[in-house]
Amino acid sequence: MNKITEIRWHGRGGQGAKTACLLLADVAFTAGKYVQGFPEYGPERMGAPITAYNRISDERCTVHSNIYTPDYVVVVDETLLEAVDVTAGLKEEGAIVINSSKDPEELKPLLRGYKGGVFTIDARSVSEKNLGKYFPNTPMLAAIVKVSRVLDEDQFVADMEDSFSHKFASKPQVIEGNMNCLKDALKEVKGA
Amino acid sequence: MSIKERMSGNEAVAYAMKQIEPDVFAAFPITPSTEIPQYFAQYVADGKVSTEFVTVESEHSSMSACMGAEAAGCRAVTATSSAGLAFMYEMLYVVASSRLPVTLACVNRALTGPININNDHSDSMGARDSGWIQIYAENNQEAYDNYLQAMRIAERADVRLPIMVCQDGFITSHAVENILLENDEKVKKFVGEYRPENYLLNSERPYAVGPYDTCPYYMEHKVQQAEAMKNAKQAILDVAADFEKTFGRSYGLIEKYKMDDAEAALVLIGSTAGTAKACIDDMRSRGMKVGLVKIRAFRPFPGEEIAAALEGVKAVAVMDKSEGFTGCGGPVYSETAAACIAMENIPVMIDVVYGLGGRDCRVEDIERVYNHLFEIISTGERGPVYIHMGQRSNEKEVL
Repeated sequence: MNKITEIRWHGRGGQGAKTACLLLADVAFTAGKYVQGFPEYGPERMGAPITAYNRISDERCTVHSNIYTPDYVVVVDETLLEAVDVTAGLKEEGAIVINSSKDPEELKPLLRGYKGGVFTIDARSVSEKNLGKYFPNTPMLAAIVKVSRVLDEDQFVADMEDSFSHKFASKPQVIEGNMNCLKDALKEVKGA
Repeated sequence: MSIKERMSGNEAVAYAMKQIEPDVFAAFPITPSTEIPQYFAQYVADGKVSTEFVTVESEHSSMSACMGAEAAGCRAVTATSSAGLAFMYEMLYVVASSRLPVTLACVNRALTGPININNDHSDSMGARDSGWIQIYAENNQEAYDNYLQAMRIAERADVRLPIMVCQDGFITSHAVENILLENDEKVKKFVGEYRPENYLLNSERPYAVGPYDTCPYYMEHKVQQAEAMKNAKQAILDVAADFEKTFGRSYGLIEKYKMDDAEAALVLIGSTAGTAKACIDDMRSRGMKVGLVKIRAFRPFPGEEIAAALEGVKAVAVMDKSEGFTGCGGPVYSETAAACIAMENIPVMIDVVYGLGGRDCRVEDIERVYNHLFEIISTGERGPVYIHMGQRSNEKEVL
Protein backbone atom coordinates (compact mmCIF):
# COMPACT_ATOMS: atom_id res chain seq x y z
CA MET A 1 0.00 0.00 0.00
CA ASN A 2 1.37 3.36 -1.05
CA LYS A 3 1.18 5.59 2.03
CA ILE A 4 0.59 9.11 0.84
CA THR A 5 1.02 12.09 3.15
CA GLU A 6 -1.28 14.90 2.06
CA ILE A 7 -0.65 18.49 3.16
CA ARG A 8 -2.74 21.59 2.51
CA TRP A 9 -1.33 25.10 2.79
CA HIS A 10 -3.41 28.21 3.47
CA GLY A 11 -1.89 31.61 2.96
CA ARG A 12 -2.53 34.98 1.44
CA GLY A 13 -1.32 35.96 -2.02
CA GLY A 14 2.21 37.35 -1.80
CA GLN A 15 3.18 35.63 1.47
CA GLY A 16 4.91 32.72 -0.17
CA ALA A 17 2.66 29.78 0.74
CA LYS A 18 3.08 28.50 -2.80
CA THR A 19 6.84 28.91 -2.59
CA ALA A 20 6.94 27.05 0.74
CA CYS A 21 4.82 24.28 -0.78
CA LEU A 22 7.21 23.95 -3.73
CA LEU A 23 10.21 24.03 -1.34
CA LEU A 24 8.72 21.12 0.58
CA ALA A 25 8.23 19.22 -2.69
CA ASP A 26 11.86 19.97 -3.53
CA VAL A 27 13.34 18.79 -0.28
CA ALA A 28 11.12 15.68 -0.18
CA PHE A 29 12.28 14.88 -3.71
CA THR A 30 15.89 15.25 -2.58
CA ALA A 31 15.12 12.77 0.21
CA GLY A 32 14.08 10.24 -2.47
CA LYS A 33 10.31 10.62 -2.25
CA TYR A 34 7.68 10.93 -4.93
CA VAL A 35 6.21 14.40 -4.68
CA GLN A 36 3.48 16.66 -5.91
CA GLY A 37 3.43 20.38 -5.16
CA PHE A 38 0.76 22.57 -6.73
CA PRO A 39 -1.11 25.78 -6.04
CA GLU A 40 -4.81 26.40 -6.55
CA TYR A 41 -5.27 29.67 -8.35
CA GLY A 42 -8.14 32.00 -7.69
CA PRO A 43 -8.23 35.65 -8.65
CA GLU A 44 -4.58 36.68 -8.49
CA ARG A 45 -4.15 39.57 -6.12
CA MET A 46 -2.03 40.37 -3.11
CA GLY A 47 -3.69 39.41 0.14
CA ALA A 48 -6.40 37.12 -1.26
CA PRO A 49 -6.62 33.69 0.41
CA ILE A 50 -4.72 31.06 -1.59
CA THR A 51 -4.34 27.33 -1.20
CA ALA A 52 -1.47 25.04 -2.15
CA TYR A 53 -1.05 21.30 -1.83
CA ASN A 54 1.58 18.60 -1.36
CA ARG A 55 1.43 14.85 -1.76
CA ILE A 56 4.51 12.97 -0.55
CA SER A 57 4.83 9.21 -0.96
CA ASP A 58 7.22 6.33 -1.59
CA GLU A 59 5.55 5.33 -4.86
CA ARG A 60 4.19 7.60 -7.58
CA CYS A 61 0.77 9.03 -6.85
CA THR A 62 -1.30 9.41 -10.04
CA VAL A 63 -4.21 11.35 -8.52
CA HIS A 64 -4.52 14.83 -10.00
CA SER A 65 -7.17 16.46 -7.85
CA ASN A 66 -6.99 18.94 -5.01
CA ILE A 67 -6.73 17.59 -1.46
CA TYR A 68 -9.94 17.42 0.59
CA THR A 69 -8.97 15.20 3.54
CA PRO A 70 -5.39 16.27 4.32
CA ASP A 71 -3.21 14.67 6.97
CA TYR A 72 -1.78 18.09 7.81
CA VAL A 73 -2.72 21.73 7.32
CA VAL A 74 -0.33 24.67 7.43
CA VAL A 75 -1.71 28.17 8.00
CA VAL A 76 0.78 30.84 6.99
CA ASP A 77 -1.45 33.74 8.07
CA GLU A 78 -3.26 33.63 11.38
CA THR A 79 -5.99 36.04 10.20
CA LEU A 80 -7.25 33.28 7.87
CA LEU A 81 -8.55 31.28 10.83
CA GLU A 82 -11.69 33.38 10.89
CA ALA A 83 -12.06 33.82 7.14
CA VAL A 84 -11.46 30.26 5.91
CA ASP A 85 -12.50 26.85 7.25
CA VAL A 86 -8.88 25.72 7.44
CA THR A 87 -9.60 22.44 9.25
CA ALA A 88 -12.18 21.30 6.66
CA GLY A 89 -11.63 17.58 6.08
CA LEU A 90 -8.44 17.57 8.19
CA LYS A 91 -7.89 14.10 9.68
CA GLU A 92 -8.13 13.97 13.46
CA GLU A 93 -5.03 11.80 13.69
CA GLY A 94 -3.29 14.58 11.77
CA ALA A 95 -2.43 18.10 12.85
CA ILE A 96 -2.58 21.77 12.02
CA VAL A 97 0.41 24.12 12.19
CA ILE A 98 -0.35 27.83 12.52
CA ASN A 99 1.97 30.80 12.16
CA SER A 100 1.25 32.66 15.39
CA SER A 101 2.93 34.03 18.50
CA LYS A 102 0.09 32.59 20.56
CA ASP A 103 -0.04 29.23 22.33
CA PRO A 104 -2.04 26.49 20.59
CA GLU A 105 -4.59 26.47 23.42
CA GLU A 106 -5.50 30.09 22.66
CA LEU A 107 -6.25 29.30 19.02
CA LYS A 108 -8.24 26.09 19.53
CA PRO A 109 -11.57 27.96 19.92
CA LEU A 110 -11.12 29.27 16.37
CA LEU A 111 -10.70 25.78 14.90
CA ARG A 112 -14.36 24.83 14.69
CA GLY A 113 -14.10 21.89 17.05
CA TYR A 114 -11.03 20.26 15.47
CA LYS A 115 -9.82 17.49 17.80
CA GLY A 116 -6.42 16.64 16.30
CA GLY A 117 -3.01 18.12 17.05
CA VAL A 118 -2.63 21.89 17.12
CA PHE A 119 0.82 23.48 16.81
CA THR A 120 2.02 27.04 16.50
CA ILE A 121 5.26 28.59 15.34
CA ASP A 122 6.11 32.27 15.66
CA ALA A 123 7.53 32.58 12.15
CA ARG A 124 7.71 36.36 12.39
CA SER A 125 10.04 36.48 15.38
CA VAL A 126 12.18 33.59 14.06
CA SER A 127 12.50 35.28 10.68
CA GLU A 128 13.08 38.80 12.00
CA LYS A 129 15.70 37.57 14.44
CA ASN A 130 17.71 35.67 11.83
CA LEU A 131 17.03 37.53 8.59
CA GLY A 132 16.11 40.98 9.82
CA LYS A 133 12.95 40.76 7.72
CA TYR A 134 9.69 38.85 7.70
CA PHE A 135 9.84 35.83 5.39
CA PRO A 136 7.57 33.16 6.87
CA ASN A 137 8.49 30.44 4.30
CA THR A 138 11.52 28.83 5.88
CA PRO A 139 10.14 28.68 9.45
CA MET A 140 6.82 27.26 8.23
CA LEU A 141 8.62 24.65 6.14
CA ALA A 142 10.69 23.57 9.14
CA ALA A 143 7.60 23.47 11.35
CA ILE A 144 5.61 21.19 9.04
CA VAL A 145 8.58 18.84 8.62
CA LYS A 146 8.90 18.68 12.41
CA VAL A 147 5.19 18.09 13.03
CA SER A 148 4.48 15.70 10.14
CA ARG A 149 7.73 13.71 10.44
CA VAL A 150 7.36 13.16 6.72
CA LEU A 151 11.14 13.58 6.41
CA ASP A 152 14.03 12.72 8.68
CA GLU A 153 14.92 15.92 10.54
CA ASP A 154 18.73 15.70 10.29
CA GLN A 155 18.55 14.76 6.64
CA PHE A 156 16.17 17.69 6.09
CA VAL A 157 18.61 20.16 7.66
CA ALA A 158 21.50 18.81 5.58
CA ASP A 159 19.47 18.87 2.36
CA MET A 160 18.27 22.41 2.98
CA GLU A 161 21.81 23.62 3.57
CA ASP A 162 22.78 22.09 0.27
CA SER A 163 19.76 23.63 -1.45
CA PHE A 164 20.36 27.12 0.03
CA SER A 165 24.01 27.08 -0.97
CA HIS A 166 22.95 26.46 -4.58
CA LYS A 167 20.05 28.88 -4.52
CA PHE A 168 22.01 31.69 -2.88
CA ALA A 169 25.37 30.95 -4.49
CA SER A 170 25.73 34.64 -5.37
CA LYS A 171 24.67 35.86 -1.89
CA PRO A 172 26.37 33.54 0.62
CA GLN A 173 25.53 35.94 3.49
CA VAL A 174 21.87 34.86 3.24
CA ILE A 175 22.64 31.16 3.68
CA GLU A 176 23.56 31.37 7.34
CA GLY A 177 20.49 33.44 8.22
CA ASN A 178 18.17 31.01 6.49
CA MET A 179 19.83 28.00 8.11
CA ASN A 180 19.51 29.61 11.54
CA CYS A 181 15.88 30.34 10.75
CA LEU A 182 15.34 26.69 9.94
CA LYS A 183 17.09 25.38 13.04
CA ASP A 184 15.36 27.86 15.37
CA ALA A 185 11.98 27.00 13.90
CA LEU A 186 12.56 23.28 14.50
CA LYS A 187 13.10 24.11 18.18
CA GLU A 188 10.34 26.64 18.62
CA VAL A 189 7.30 24.73 17.45
CA LYS A 190 4.77 24.76 20.29
CA GLY A 191 2.01 22.28 20.98
CA ALA A 192 1.23 18.58 20.85
CA MET B 1 20.67 6.67 -17.83
CA SER B 2 17.69 8.94 -17.33
CA ILE B 3 18.12 11.87 -14.95
CA LYS B 4 15.77 11.95 -11.94
CA GLU B 5 14.35 15.44 -11.51
CA ARG B 6 11.29 17.25 -10.28
CA MET B 7 9.70 20.07 -12.20
CA SER B 8 6.40 21.52 -13.36
CA GLY B 9 4.84 20.60 -16.70
CA ASN B 10 5.67 24.04 -18.03
CA GLU B 11 9.32 23.69 -17.12
CA ALA B 12 9.41 20.14 -18.53
CA VAL B 13 8.25 21.36 -21.94
CA ALA B 14 10.60 24.36 -21.89
CA TYR B 15 13.43 21.98 -20.98
CA ALA B 16 12.57 19.70 -23.91
CA MET B 17 12.62 22.76 -26.17
CA LYS B 18 16.01 23.74 -24.81
CA GLN B 19 17.38 20.27 -25.53
CA ILE B 20 15.97 20.29 -29.06
CA GLU B 21 17.10 23.88 -29.66
CA PRO B 22 14.69 24.84 -32.47
CA ASP B 23 15.73 27.55 -34.93
CA VAL B 24 12.89 29.91 -34.06
CA PHE B 25 10.58 30.33 -31.06
CA ALA B 26 7.94 33.00 -31.73
CA ALA B 27 5.60 33.77 -28.85
CA PHE B 28 3.33 36.30 -27.25
CA PRO B 29 5.08 35.96 -23.91
CA ILE B 30 2.43 36.99 -21.35
CA THR B 31 -1.06 35.93 -20.24
CA PRO B 32 -2.87 33.87 -21.51
CA SER B 33 0.36 32.03 -22.24
CA THR B 34 2.14 30.19 -19.43
CA GLU B 35 5.68 30.14 -18.08
CA ILE B 36 6.94 28.12 -21.07
CA PRO B 37 8.13 31.17 -23.08
CA GLN B 38 9.44 32.71 -19.84
CA TYR B 39 11.62 29.69 -19.05
CA PHE B 40 12.79 29.56 -22.65
CA ALA B 41 13.59 33.29 -22.70
CA GLN B 42 15.86 32.62 -19.70
CA TYR B 43 17.69 29.91 -21.65
CA VAL B 44 18.14 32.39 -24.51
CA ALA B 45 19.36 35.14 -22.15
CA ASP B 46 21.79 32.72 -20.50
CA GLY B 47 23.20 31.75 -23.89
CA LYS B 48 22.16 28.12 -23.47
CA VAL B 49 20.39 27.97 -26.85
CA SER B 50 21.07 29.62 -30.18
CA THR B 51 17.35 29.84 -31.01
CA GLU B 52 15.98 33.10 -32.45
CA PHE B 53 13.43 34.11 -29.81
CA VAL B 54 10.84 36.42 -31.36
CA THR B 55 8.43 38.22 -29.05
CA VAL B 56 5.41 39.41 -30.98
CA GLU B 57 2.40 41.59 -30.25
CA SER B 58 -0.23 38.88 -30.60
CA GLU B 59 -0.72 35.16 -31.14
CA HIS B 60 -1.92 35.77 -34.68
CA SER B 61 1.56 37.15 -35.25
CA SER B 62 3.38 34.41 -33.36
CA MET B 63 1.78 31.77 -35.58
CA SER B 64 2.49 33.92 -38.65
CA ALA B 65 6.13 34.21 -37.62
CA CYS B 66 6.30 30.44 -37.11
CA MET B 67 4.82 29.95 -40.54
CA GLY B 68 7.39 32.22 -42.18
CA ALA B 69 10.25 30.56 -40.36
CA GLU B 70 9.08 27.03 -41.07
CA ALA B 71 8.47 27.84 -44.74
CA ALA B 72 11.97 29.28 -44.94
CA GLY B 73 13.28 25.88 -43.88
CA CYS B 74 13.61 26.34 -40.11
CA ARG B 75 12.22 24.42 -37.20
CA ALA B 76 9.72 26.80 -35.56
CA VAL B 77 7.88 26.41 -32.26
CA THR B 78 5.46 28.37 -30.13
CA ALA B 79 3.46 28.02 -26.93
CA THR B 80 0.07 29.34 -25.94
CA SER B 81 -3.20 28.73 -24.12
CA SER B 82 -6.89 29.57 -24.17
CA ALA B 83 -7.72 32.88 -25.87
CA GLY B 84 -4.18 32.94 -27.27
CA LEU B 85 -4.92 29.81 -29.27
CA ALA B 86 -8.21 31.32 -30.39
CA PHE B 87 -6.37 34.38 -31.60
CA MET B 88 -4.20 32.13 -33.81
CA TYR B 89 -7.21 30.54 -35.38
CA GLU B 90 -6.87 31.78 -38.94
CA MET B 91 -3.16 31.04 -39.02
CA LEU B 92 -3.63 27.52 -37.63
CA TYR B 93 -5.50 26.62 -40.81
CA VAL B 94 -3.00 28.39 -43.07
CA VAL B 95 -0.04 26.59 -41.48
CA ALA B 96 -1.76 23.20 -41.66
CA SER B 97 -2.87 23.56 -45.26
CA SER B 98 0.58 24.83 -46.24
CA ARG B 99 1.84 21.54 -44.77
CA LEU B 100 4.31 23.21 -42.42
CA PRO B 101 5.23 21.05 -39.41
CA VAL B 102 5.23 23.79 -36.75
CA THR B 103 5.16 22.58 -33.12
CA LEU B 104 2.80 24.25 -30.63
CA ALA B 105 2.89 23.59 -26.89
CA CYS B 106 -0.70 24.09 -25.81
CA VAL B 107 -1.40 24.36 -22.11
CA ASN B 108 -5.15 23.69 -22.02
CA ARG B 109 -7.09 26.47 -20.34
CA ALA B 110 -10.75 27.44 -20.55
CA LEU B 111 -11.86 29.77 -23.28
CA THR B 112 -13.55 32.95 -22.20
CA GLY B 113 -16.28 33.74 -21.11
CA PRO B 114 -17.04 34.27 -18.32
CA ILE B 115 -13.36 35.00 -17.72
CA ASN B 116 -11.61 31.95 -16.32
CA ILE B 117 -7.97 30.94 -16.39
CA ASN B 118 -8.25 27.33 -15.26
CA ASN B 119 -8.07 24.02 -17.04
CA ASP B 120 -10.47 22.54 -19.51
CA HIS B 121 -10.11 21.46 -23.12
CA SER B 122 -12.29 24.09 -24.78
CA ASP B 123 -9.30 25.82 -26.40
CA SER B 124 -7.75 22.89 -28.27
CA MET B 125 -11.11 21.18 -28.88
CA GLY B 126 -12.18 24.34 -30.68
CA ALA B 127 -9.18 23.89 -32.98
CA ARG B 128 -9.79 20.19 -33.56
CA ASP B 129 -10.79 20.63 -37.20
CA SER B 130 -7.91 22.95 -38.11
CA GLY B 131 -5.75 20.19 -39.55
CA TRP B 132 -3.30 19.98 -36.66
CA ILE B 133 -2.17 16.74 -35.07
CA GLN B 134 -3.12 16.82 -31.37
CA ILE B 135 -1.43 14.80 -28.64
CA TYR B 136 -2.40 15.04 -24.97
CA ALA B 137 -0.47 14.27 -21.78
CA GLU B 138 -1.60 12.77 -18.47
CA ASN B 139 1.31 14.15 -16.43
CA ASN B 140 4.58 16.07 -16.63
CA GLN B 141 6.51 13.05 -17.84
CA GLU B 142 4.16 12.57 -20.77
CA ALA B 143 4.23 16.29 -21.60
CA TYR B 144 8.02 16.04 -21.84
CA ASP B 145 8.06 12.73 -23.71
CA ASN B 146 5.34 13.83 -26.14
CA TYR B 147 7.29 16.97 -26.94
CA LEU B 148 10.41 14.93 -27.74
CA GLN B 149 8.37 12.84 -30.18
CA ALA B 150 6.38 15.67 -31.75
CA MET B 151 8.74 16.92 -34.45
CA ARG B 152 9.54 13.50 -35.84
CA ILE B 153 5.83 12.79 -36.24
CA ALA B 154 5.04 16.16 -37.80
CA GLU B 155 8.05 16.38 -40.13
CA ARG B 156 7.76 12.91 -41.64
CA ALA B 157 7.53 13.11 -45.44
CA ASP B 158 4.15 11.33 -45.59
CA VAL B 159 2.70 13.58 -42.86
CA ARG B 160 4.04 17.17 -42.99
CA LEU B 161 1.44 18.57 -40.65
CA PRO B 162 1.74 20.87 -37.66
CA ILE B 163 1.42 19.34 -34.20
CA MET B 164 -0.11 20.55 -30.96
CA VAL B 165 1.34 19.02 -27.79
CA CYS B 166 -1.28 19.55 -25.09
CA GLN B 167 -1.26 19.29 -21.31
CA ASP B 168 -3.75 20.28 -18.63
CA GLY B 169 -3.38 23.86 -17.44
CA PHE B 170 -2.37 24.18 -13.77
CA ILE B 171 -3.12 20.51 -13.04
CA THR B 172 0.10 19.45 -14.75
CA SER B 173 1.51 22.73 -16.10
CA HIS B 174 1.95 24.40 -12.71
CA ALA B 175 2.38 21.28 -10.57
CA VAL B 176 5.80 20.03 -9.57
CA GLU B 177 6.18 16.25 -9.86
CA ASN B 178 8.97 13.73 -10.26
CA ILE B 179 10.15 13.31 -13.83
CA LEU B 180 12.82 11.41 -15.75
CA LEU B 181 14.78 13.60 -18.14
CA GLU B 182 17.05 12.34 -20.88
CA ASN B 183 20.50 13.64 -21.67
CA ASP B 184 20.94 16.39 -24.26
CA GLU B 185 22.96 14.38 -26.74
CA LYS B 186 20.54 11.46 -26.76
CA VAL B 187 17.60 13.82 -27.19
CA LYS B 188 19.25 15.69 -30.08
CA LYS B 189 20.11 12.39 -31.76
CA PHE B 190 16.57 11.07 -31.29
CA VAL B 191 14.90 14.21 -32.65
CA GLY B 192 17.40 14.64 -35.50
CA GLU B 193 17.79 17.50 -37.97
CA TYR B 194 14.94 19.03 -39.94
CA ARG B 195 15.59 18.56 -43.65
CA PRO B 196 12.59 19.83 -45.63
CA GLU B 197 12.36 18.85 -49.28
CA ASN B 198 11.22 22.33 -50.31
CA TYR B 199 11.95 25.55 -48.48
CA LEU B 200 11.91 29.21 -49.37
CA LEU B 201 15.60 29.83 -48.75
CA ASN B 202 16.53 27.23 -51.34
CA SER B 203 17.26 29.37 -54.42
CA GLU B 204 17.88 26.25 -56.49
CA ARG B 205 14.24 25.25 -56.23
CA PRO B 206 11.99 28.27 -55.89
CA TYR B 207 8.43 27.56 -54.75
CA ALA B 208 5.39 29.47 -53.52
CA VAL B 209 3.76 29.14 -50.11
CA GLY B 210 0.13 30.01 -49.51
CA PRO B 211 -1.06 31.17 -52.95
CA TYR B 212 -4.73 31.28 -54.03
CA ASP B 213 -6.03 27.81 -54.84
CA THR B 214 -8.69 27.56 -57.52
CA CYS B 215 -11.64 25.16 -57.64
CA PRO B 216 -9.99 22.63 -59.91
CA TYR B 217 -7.19 22.10 -57.35
CA TYR B 218 -8.50 23.05 -53.91
CA MET B 219 -10.34 19.81 -53.23
CA GLU B 220 -7.36 17.68 -54.28
CA HIS B 221 -5.18 19.61 -51.84
CA LYS B 222 -7.69 19.03 -49.06
CA VAL B 223 -7.76 15.30 -49.81
CA GLN B 224 -3.96 15.21 -49.66
CA GLN B 225 -4.13 16.96 -46.32
CA ALA B 226 -6.70 14.43 -45.09
CA GLU B 227 -4.49 11.57 -46.29
CA ALA B 228 -1.56 13.07 -44.43
CA MET B 229 -3.65 13.07 -41.24
CA LYS B 230 -4.44 9.40 -41.78
CA ASN B 231 -0.73 8.70 -42.26
CA ALA B 232 0.00 10.47 -38.98
CA LYS B 233 -1.44 7.48 -37.13
CA GLN B 234 1.34 5.20 -38.28
CA ALA B 235 3.91 7.96 -37.77
CA ILE B 236 2.82 8.35 -34.13
CA LEU B 237 3.17 4.60 -33.61
CA ASP B 238 6.55 4.36 -35.37
CA VAL B 239 8.03 7.27 -33.45
CA ALA B 240 6.63 5.84 -30.19
CA ALA B 241 8.27 2.48 -30.96
CA ASP B 242 11.64 4.15 -31.51
CA PHE B 243 11.11 6.27 -28.39
CA GLU B 244 10.54 3.14 -26.33
CA LYS B 245 13.64 1.50 -27.81
CA THR B 246 15.70 4.61 -27.03
CA PHE B 247 14.31 5.76 -23.69
CA GLY B 248 12.27 2.81 -22.41
CA ARG B 249 8.88 4.47 -21.98
CA SER B 250 6.00 3.17 -24.06
CA TYR B 251 3.32 5.18 -25.89
CA GLY B 252 0.56 4.59 -28.43
CA LEU B 253 -2.51 6.28 -29.89
CA ILE B 254 -4.49 5.28 -26.82
CA GLU B 255 -3.58 3.75 -23.47
CA LYS B 256 -5.70 0.91 -22.14
CA TYR B 257 -5.79 0.52 -18.36
CA LYS B 258 -7.24 -2.73 -16.97
CA MET B 259 -9.52 -3.15 -19.97
CA ASP B 260 -9.10 -6.91 -20.51
CA ASP B 261 -12.20 -7.98 -18.58
CA ALA B 262 -13.72 -4.54 -17.92
CA GLU B 263 -17.52 -4.32 -17.80
CA ALA B 264 -17.67 -0.57 -17.19
CA ALA B 265 -15.17 1.71 -18.87
CA LEU B 266 -14.31 5.38 -19.22
CA VAL B 267 -12.94 7.09 -22.30
CA LEU B 268 -11.19 10.37 -21.51
CA ILE B 269 -8.23 12.66 -22.18
CA GLY B 270 -5.48 14.13 -20.02
CA SER B 271 -4.66 14.37 -16.32
CA THR B 272 -7.96 12.87 -15.15
CA ALA B 273 -6.62 9.54 -16.43
CA GLY B 274 -4.26 9.47 -13.44
CA THR B 275 -7.11 10.10 -11.01
CA ALA B 276 -9.17 7.42 -12.79
CA LYS B 277 -6.32 4.90 -12.50
CA ALA B 278 -6.20 5.39 -8.72
CA CYS B 279 -9.98 4.87 -8.61
CA ILE B 280 -9.76 1.75 -10.80
CA ASP B 281 -7.08 0.20 -8.56
CA ASP B 282 -9.29 0.81 -5.54
CA MET B 283 -12.50 -0.51 -7.15
CA ARG B 284 -10.70 -3.52 -8.59
CA SER B 285 -9.46 -4.39 -5.08
CA ARG B 286 -13.16 -4.64 -4.24
CA GLY B 287 -13.77 -6.94 -7.21
CA MET B 288 -15.36 -4.45 -9.58
CA LYS B 289 -14.46 -4.85 -13.24
CA VAL B 290 -13.65 -1.31 -14.29
CA GLY B 291 -11.23 0.01 -16.89
CA LEU B 292 -10.08 3.08 -18.77
CA VAL B 293 -9.25 4.07 -22.32
CA LYS B 294 -7.07 7.17 -22.32
CA ILE B 295 -6.90 8.98 -25.62
CA ARG B 296 -3.35 10.21 -26.31
CA ALA B 297 -3.79 11.23 -29.94
CA PHE B 298 -7.08 13.02 -30.57
CA ARG B 299 -6.03 14.06 -34.08
CA PRO B 300 -5.79 11.78 -35.95
CA PHE B 301 -8.69 10.23 -34.07
CA PRO B 302 -7.97 6.60 -33.14
CA GLY B 303 -11.54 5.44 -33.76
CA GLU B 304 -10.74 1.83 -34.71
CA GLU B 305 -8.41 1.42 -31.75
CA ILE B 306 -10.99 2.79 -29.31
CA ALA B 307 -13.74 0.56 -30.73
CA ALA B 308 -11.45 -2.48 -30.44
CA ALA B 309 -10.58 -1.56 -26.84
CA LEU B 310 -14.28 -1.30 -25.94
CA GLU B 311 -15.12 -4.73 -27.39
CA GLY B 312 -16.94 -6.75 -24.71
CA VAL B 313 -17.53 -3.76 -22.41
CA LYS B 314 -21.15 -3.40 -21.23
CA ALA B 315 -21.34 0.32 -20.46
CA VAL B 316 -19.09 3.24 -21.34
CA ALA B 317 -18.95 6.82 -20.08
CA VAL B 318 -17.10 9.15 -22.41
CA MET B 319 -15.86 12.13 -20.43
CA ASP B 320 -15.65 15.49 -22.15
CA LYS B 321 -13.69 18.36 -20.62
CA SER B 322 -15.27 20.85 -23.00
CA GLU B 323 -18.92 21.62 -23.63
CA GLY B 324 -19.12 21.76 -27.40
CA PHE B 325 -22.62 23.24 -27.41
CA THR B 326 -23.97 20.74 -29.91
CA GLY B 327 -27.05 20.18 -27.79
CA CYS B 328 -26.27 16.45 -27.75
CA GLY B 329 -22.81 15.92 -26.26
CA GLY B 330 -19.18 16.96 -26.35
CA PRO B 331 -16.63 16.24 -29.09
CA VAL B 332 -14.96 13.21 -27.49
CA TYR B 333 -18.36 11.57 -27.04
CA SER B 334 -19.54 12.34 -30.58
CA GLU B 335 -16.41 10.94 -32.15
CA THR B 336 -16.19 7.90 -29.87
CA ALA B 337 -19.84 7.07 -30.54
CA ALA B 338 -19.27 7.46 -34.29
CA ALA B 339 -16.23 5.20 -34.11
CA CYS B 340 -18.22 2.49 -32.31
CA ILE B 341 -21.07 2.35 -34.78
CA ALA B 342 -19.38 -0.46 -36.72
CA MET B 343 -19.03 -2.66 -33.63
CA GLU B 344 -21.01 -5.86 -33.49
CA ASN B 345 -22.08 -5.32 -29.88
CA ILE B 346 -22.10 -1.63 -29.21
CA PRO B 347 -21.85 -0.94 -25.47
CA VAL B 348 -24.35 1.40 -23.82
CA MET B 349 -22.70 4.79 -23.99
CA ILE B 350 -23.23 8.09 -22.19
CA ASP B 351 -21.47 11.43 -22.21
CA VAL B 352 -20.30 13.03 -18.98
CA VAL B 353 -19.20 16.64 -19.41
CA TYR B 354 -16.95 17.54 -16.47
CA GLY B 355 -14.19 19.78 -15.20
CA LEU B 356 -15.17 22.95 -17.05
CA GLY B 357 -13.20 26.04 -16.03
CA GLY B 358 -11.11 24.05 -13.56
CA ARG B 359 -13.98 22.31 -11.70
CA ASP B 360 -12.03 19.68 -9.79
CA CYS B 361 -12.43 15.98 -10.57
CA ARG B 362 -11.76 13.75 -7.56
CA VAL B 363 -11.35 10.00 -7.17
CA GLU B 364 -14.89 9.95 -5.66
CA ASP B 365 -16.26 11.66 -8.77
CA ILE B 366 -14.81 8.95 -10.98
CA GLU B 367 -16.23 6.27 -8.70
CA ARG B 368 -19.65 7.89 -9.00
CA VAL B 369 -19.43 7.63 -12.78
CA TYR B 370 -18.55 3.92 -12.58
CA ASN B 371 -21.37 3.31 -10.11
CA HIS B 372 -23.74 5.05 -12.49
CA LEU B 373 -22.57 2.73 -15.28
CA PHE B 374 -23.15 -0.34 -13.10
CA GLU B 375 -26.65 0.93 -12.38
CA ILE B 376 -27.26 1.23 -16.11
CA ILE B 377 -25.98 -2.33 -16.57
CA SER B 378 -28.15 -3.77 -13.80
CA THR B 379 -31.36 -1.90 -14.65
CA GLY B 380 -30.90 -1.93 -18.41
CA GLU B 381 -31.96 1.70 -18.44
CA ARG B 382 -29.66 4.15 -20.08
CA GLY B 383 -31.26 7.28 -18.64
CA PRO B 384 -30.02 10.70 -19.72
CA VAL B 385 -27.27 10.39 -22.31
CA TYR B 386 -25.67 13.77 -21.91
CA ILE B 387 -24.87 14.69 -18.32
CA HIS B 388 -22.92 17.49 -16.65
CA MET B 389 -21.04 16.21 -13.62
CA GLY B 390 -21.09 18.22 -10.42
CA GLN B 391 -23.03 21.18 -11.76
CA ARG B 392 -25.67 22.63 -9.49
CA SER B 393 -28.17 24.39 -11.74
CA ASN B 394 -30.25 21.63 -13.30
CA GLU B 395 -30.94 18.66 -11.06
CA LYS B 396 -32.10 16.41 -13.87
CA GLU B 397 -28.63 16.25 -15.28
CA VAL B 398 -26.60 15.97 -12.11
CA LEU B 399 -24.33 12.99 -11.60
